[in-house]
Amino acid sequence: MALFGLFSGRKKTSAAAAKERLQILISHERQNRHGPDFLPDLQRDILAVVKKYVAVRDDHVSIRLDRAGDASVLELNVTLPEN
Amino acid sequence: MATVVTVTSGKGGVGKTTSSAAIAAGLAQAGHRTVVIDFDVGLRNLDLIMGVERRVVFDFVNVISGEATLNQALIQDKRLENLSILAASQTKDKDALTEEGVGQVLEQLAEMGFEYIVCDSPAGIERGATMALHFADHAVIVTNPEVSSVRDSDRILGILQSKSKRAKEGGKVHEHLLITRYDPARVDNGEMLSKEDVCDILAVKLIGVIPESKAVLKASNTGVPVILDDDADAGLAYGDAVARFLGEDRPMRFVTPKKQGLFSRILGGGD
Repeated sequence: MALFGLFSGRKKTSAAAAKERLQILISHERQNRHGPDFLPDLQRDILAVVKKYVAVRDDHVSIRLDRAGDASVLELNVTLPEN
Repeated sequence: MATVVTVTSGKGGVGKTTSSAAIAAGLAQAGHRTVVIDFDVGLRNLDLIMGVERRVVFDFVNVISGEATLNQALIQDKRLENLSILAASQTKDKDALTEEGVGQVLEQLAEMGFEYIVCDSPAGIERGATMALHFADHAVIVTNPEVSSVRDSDRILGILQSKSKRAKEGGKVHEHLLITRYDPARVDNGEMLSKEDVCDILAVKLIGVIPESKAVLKASNTGVPVILDDDADAGLAYGDAVARFLGEDRPMRFVTPKKQGLFSRILGGGD
């Protein structure tokens, strides 16, 4: 079979495709797995604080956690009303 | 102190119950007092795979709710004196499995002198599965070399690492990967993920590779754990896996394609 593979121009096997797809998917799912447990609660609390001072809509606060290397970045986005 | 070994996978139909029966029987064969518990409340099947379906009077949920004692509910295996089976309830709601109740039963089993408590987890990530995971000291992740099974196994690993009792107490559950339904010929042809591929993706130590085998269906047909079939490659592979679990170093068998003889090639037989 290996010999056959040499002549058929090294076509990627379906197993190789499966491995590649899984590696991409699983690394993505693992990133979402760690940490965000508290994110919905954090978002709710921050929203409550902001609302004490400014009238903002619930969907105008977004929060996300990014990981790059060994640092994590907590990004908070509050869209304030125009007036 | 009893050791809790949870057999889990996330995905259904990959061989959890077959593996639970085999591992429990293997541990008992090795001389350890072992009990195997079916956590699949509502859809019990371990009793059938163990061949004790006609001897179930009381079950796991009866014990938790106090309707029966553990001694009444435990079924002693007729082949291995070290082995007992605790069946799941067929009728009760799965919410009957409370953390407190399950914990008490496990504690009582340890007090009775069982060394290993093998928990056969149901598929999915609902109550029965999370309860089986919660108390695990060791987890055997049963995975088929197939995309959805591998993905679900990774999800289960995530739950083990965050929600299990050991994880919450700052420790770690010992994880072991058991690949089942492995077809070395198809791996060779590039049609199936290899054991190395699956290990790479999941990053868990491999404890065994069980080849796709006709002996598994034969074993479940007759209610005999496949590990007791000395003529079957799958049975021998389970034997190796249990030996590795107990700390022995054994080479992997049945991971290369069988060489077909001239006869079987002409006659088209061979499994």
